[in-house]
Amino acid sequence: MNRLGPGPVGSATAASAAGQYRVCGNCRKVPRQEKRVQVSPPLTRGPSAFIPENEVMQANGLDERTNLLVEEYSTSGRLDNITQVMSIHTQYLESFLRSQFYMLRMDGPLPLPYRHYIAIMAAARHQCSYLINMHVDEFLKTGGIAEWLNGLEYIPQRLKNLNEINKLLAHRPWLITKEHIQKLVKTGENNWSLPELVHAVVLLAHYHALASFVFGSGINPERDPDTSNGVRLIAVNNFCVCDLANDNNIENASLTSSNFGITDSLSELEALMERMKRLQEDKEDEEASQEEMATRFEKEKKESLLVISGAFDDEIVSTDVSRYIEDPGFGYKDFARRGEDHLPTFRAQDYTWENHGFSLVNRLYSDIGHLLDEKFRMVYNLTYNTMATHEDVDTTTLRRALFNYVHCMYGIRYDDYDYGEVNQLLERSLKVYIKTVTCYPERTTKRMYDSYWRQFKHSEKVHVNLLLMEARMQAELLYALRAITRHLT
Amino acid sequence: MEKMARVTTALGGNALTGRTMFCHLDAPANAISVCRDAAQVVVAGRNIFKIYSIEEDQFVEKLNLRVGRKPSLNFSCADVVWHQMDENLLATAATNGVVVTWNLGKPSRNKQDQLFTEHKRTVNKVCFHPTEVYMLLSGSQDGYMKCFDLRKKDSVSTFSGQSESVRDVQFSIRDYFTFAATFENGNVQLWDIRRPDRYERMFTAHNGPVFCCDWHPEDRGWLATGGRDKMVKVWDMNTTRAKEIYCVQTIASVARVKWRPECKHHIATCSMMVDHNIYVWDVRRPFIPSAMFEEHKDVTTGIVWRHLHDPYFLLSGSKDSTLYQHIFKDASQPIDRANPEGLCYSLYGDLAFAAKESLISSDSNRKPYIGDRRHPIFFKRKLDPTEQFEYISSSSALSVFETDMESGSMDWFVHTAKQYALAGRPLAELCDHNAKVAKGLDRNQVAQTWTMLRIIYSSLGTVSSANLNHSMGKGSATLPLMNSFNLKDIPSGLGSESRLDRSKGENRTENILMDSSSTLINNEDNEETEGSDVPADYLLGDVEADEDDLYMMDHENPHAEEQEYSLPQEAFPLRHEIVDNPSALDHLQDKADSPHVSGNEAETVSLTPVESFSLISISHSLYENRLPTDFFNPIVRDTLLFYAEQGDVQTAVSVLIVLGDRIRKEIDEQTQEHWYTSYIDLLQRFQLWNISNEVIKLSTCRAINCLNQASTTLHINCSNCKRPMSNRGWICDRCRQCASMCAVCHHVVKGLFVWCQGCSHGGHLQHIMKWLETSSHCPAGCGHLCWRARYRRSSAAPWSGPTPPSPTPSSCSGSPSPGRSSCAGSPTTRHSLFLRGQ
Repeated sequence: MNRLGPGPVGSATAASAAGQYRVCGNCRKVPRQEKRVQVSPPLTRGPSAFIPENEVMQANGLDERTNLLVEEYSTSGRLDNITQVMSIHTQYLESFLRSQFYMLRMDGPLPLPYRHYIAIMAAARHQCSYLINMHVDEFLKTGGIAEWLNGLEYIPQRLKNLNEINKLLAHRPWLITKEHIQKLVKTGENNWSLPELVHAVVLLAHYHALASFVFGSGINPERDPDTSNGVRLIAVNNFCVCDLANDNNIENASLTSSNFGITDSLSELEALMERMKRLQEDKEDEEASQEEMATRFEKEKKESLLVISGAFDDEIVSTDVSRYIEDPGFGYKDFARRGEDHLPTFRAQDYTWENHGFSLVNRLYSDIGHLLDEKFRMVYNLTYNTMATHEDVDTTTLRRALFNYVHCMYGIRYDDYDYGEVNQLLERSLKVYIKTVTCYPERTTKRMYDSYWRQFKHSEKVHVNLLLMEARMQAELLYALRAITRHLT
Repeated sequence: MEKMARVTTALGGNALTGRTMFCHLDAPANAISVCRDAAQVVVAGRNIFKIYSIEEDQFVEKLNLRVGRKPSLNFSCADVVWHQMDENLLATAATNGVVVTWNLGKPSRNKQDQLFTEHKRTVNKVCFHPTEVYMLLSGSQDGYMKCFDLRKKDSVSTFSGQSESVRDVQFSIRDYFTFAATFENGNVQLWDIRRPDRYERMFTAHNGPVFCCDWHPEDRGWLATGGRDKMVKVWDMNTTRAKEIYCVQTIASVARVKWRPECKHHIATCSMMVDHNIYVWDVRRPFIPSAMFEEHKDVTTGIVWRHLHDPYFLLSGSKDSTLYQHIFKDASQPIDRANPEGLCYSLYGDLAFAAKESLISSDSNRKPYIGDRRHPIFFKRKLDPTEQFEYISSSSALSVFETDMESGSMDWFVHTAKQYALAGRPLAELCDHNAKVAKGLDRNQVAQTWTMLRIIYSSLGTVSSANLNHSMGKGSATLPLMNSFNLKDIPSGLGSESRLDRSKGENRTENILMDSSSTLINNEDNEETEGSDVPADYLLGDVEADEDDLYMMDHENPHAEEQEYSLPQEAFPLRHEIVDNPSALDHLQDKADSPHVSGNEAETVSLTPVESFSLISISHSLYENRLPTDFFNPIVRDTLLFYAEQGDVQTAVSVLIVLGDRIRKEIDEQTQEHWYTSYIDLLQRFQLWNISNEVIKLSTCRAINCLNQASTTLHINCSNCKRPMSNRGWICDRCRQCASMCAVCHHVVKGLFVWCQGCSHGGHLQHIMKWLETSSHCPAGCGHLCWRARYRRSSAAPWSGPTPPSPTPSSCSGSPSPGRSSCAGSPTTRHSLFLRGQ
């Protein structure tokens, strides 16, 4: 089993952590060359800082995978690190690429440069310079106006209007109302048509979620000598690396105090499997009352806020990134915490992706619904029936717990789900990781990645990331589409 | 008015009366169900669970079943059903996965009877057995269906669909033991209630979730299904394979379907999203709903016919928190607003006209349709005597007016399309060639137009200053040349006009277009006499200087030209090879030749320099000074508009393509696009696929150009195992053989591969062509009559070799339309060879 040795690597990072981070924050104003010297190379080579290179490269179904990668390379002219890491899950990668290709390059309501600029705006909300760089290039290649890259003041009002919804969608999608939609749709000359808006929303949600994946899997910056010679506006090589690979020095109390190394990791795994088995078998045993169920959801929601304290006031946002965002201080605020205005819980059954979201999205932006549908379905049902070293395991409950936990943090509740399961199946360090990756992806550290499920394979952790990413995307889409539906009726 | 709307129906002593009415609910409804006696209706939703009695003029709340201070999730209903045998018995499906039964006969306030908590996910549907009192069926998101006996605590049997979530379950009305279940993945399964181990039958009904189904109340083998793919389908289940007999395409995903009582072919639907109306369709007439209820302001979630045998009353609940009773009399009938007339031209100029019969009946000389092309024909749709309802207005008459054979012949169109040259040569040559083609078909006016275009565009243009200098000295010699030239060559109104212009400088008169027919004759007359006074010696040859110009232009312009293309042009040479001012004199030469050689044959242009160097330059400079090329653009534009107006869009488009950028900016994009689409449409109707493709390729309209980019997918079957190829390339996954073997020579085909869409066999183009000359059967010996199924030609690159050549977009855009239509049949099931853009 090739898991990353948490010991040596972890401590090495921790040692240099503080200094490196500061350097990184400051050096954004320093010329690039200088910076390059200062920053140590990424911890691992290959596409991800978290996952050893050979781990990414070896996977089952090699033929199929090679085919897919060859095809992707021949269509897009490159194989980015995201693709490489995702290719561990070939089936998923295929539907992911297909939908991404469709929304970026195929017929759609928005002009091509717009699409990439929207991707930049979305990625900038999470300071994901990896994605920003990628799309700055694409933006210019598709004939975008270079001036726009100077920041939001330089873009047309119409695009600028998208800021508000971008901000909300990224951090607090439950705040989106039909008024926001109306503001975009009915503003005279700068208005968005509904198909355009839906396209934009899909792009925004896709890139917010993808940013989660990028940080969550520690995607390394592209090594691309051609494009690094000054054409890029942003320091390509460093930001991501130091942010991801070093430890951000935010040790959560709960994290350090958790049974780190105390419990034998194998027995942990056994216990988890035991719990899963029990949940699957005897549902009827403990019939919780409805009130109990409701409180469990509330509890889970509440607990999710304890997972991370908001000790991030001194966040440094580089100017390279901040030029694409407005109101950088706006971040995720726990859904549950807002006792004052008391937002109603989103009942999943009242606005589901399958029934409502799909129909609306497909109506306004044809065919994307099918592609997204396939992707959601794929990620939800993806399983190899293995858990770490064990085979023939039904992981349905675990996957569902992950998916629903993400939705829970966004205030989406499933009537037919017992949120007690989340508590039983997801250990604390995993919850920390989930919360970070979905809500504050830019704060993800290697420590967090390593600290949960230590006996699991990297491919399984990538699988977790995929689930988180898609769950997040669906949550954002549901809120946005619900608002659009309300606007329509 | 109200009296009109009031309806009374006698149903064996049980009379239903009422009017269109509604009441406000406190919360959005998810489902409604009606009591057997049609006097009460139950409404259920997340926050509502009430029973209303249906009075004459209003709904009256009878009972609120949602009791308790903090109602549990068990009250949050996704579905509700009222037992049709026992009027005290109800069942609901809760969003938390619980199935609840309610007994209205209970004395306490809480009528909850039994609770089944066996489903793990939301229960989407509950259904009572139509004749058995205690049997209840449920279908859930967890993929299971469960059958409950209400006398027992637990489910009697569990059915596992082995696929995704169950969206609807319905007991069959005919078979006691059968029920249908629909699934999120598009499948429909039939089960025998006695056999929980395996379904009896399964078929894929829709693309995407099947939200609902309904058994026909009378015609017992019929099952209607509605899906997210916006279709309502009616299946005949009597045969061994479920057969789709009707299909209605709606505008939004279908949430519920309900057969209309007493009307064999009518079905009511409502949609899941966006569309708030309720439609009643006649399934035989799937294009327009026969009735429509537009009262709701938000999505309709539940519809139910009030009484089992009454077709006039429909109840509906909606997300807008209202409960409605709709009366059929008050329904809006979209057919009243539809335009009942239709008009269409055939390829050969025949005109068909369909209209309401009442409008045409006065027409006296009607003849029945006998297939003879010479007479106006007429036929009439037969009325279905069994349907008295809405068909009165639907009978229509179709008249066909035929043109006589001669003028209707479109041979000229086909010939012209085939012979025209549109690109690949210098402008002058193209014009000459096309003029010749037109002339050959006795279309003199068109021929003249081409000739003039050549004169206008290939004689004018920038001339090098050297030429200008030359011309100054010998100005006197030019006049006779000019005169003769004009006389002979521009006899049409347009031409003479421009001659006028030339002599008068910039002064243009109003009447640009004279009657074209008269000018035609004019032209013929002049042919013999004109231009004879021009000495032949003057006209020979061209100048080296011009050749220089030619190349110079080529180097200067390519940029301007190139950025207009959105596509690389592979199969055809780029247009900028057509030079803006190719040898300015070659037209002069052949025109002036014409007294001796006859107009159009004088094409043999010699580019060799001759002595009359200076003279030629002079004529150049004259044009140059007075008439810039742009000068004629308005005239040319008007010419094109004139042809298009006349119906000869072919000429308009051909000129547009040949002239390219010279004229393009003069005509607005939309008009151009319109011309292109019309011409392409015509070409395709004449099955001139290659030509239409060439036109698409040569067009500079973005909208037209991208026609070739759409549907670039070819679905292919393996010729060995007949299964769709799931692998990219030409090796079949299943039988591990190369699928691109030539059926004649048994070698791997590289390059053009032709195959039969019927039997999937094919081979080298030449081989197959040769084979089909002598036989109409498949060369592979499979017995298929390939000759009937037209062989399709497509260039395909087999990937079997060591260096797989990848097919380029151009190879696929070359595939003609018939392929496209045949592929569309089963796009999802067959292999797709994706070519992702550039």
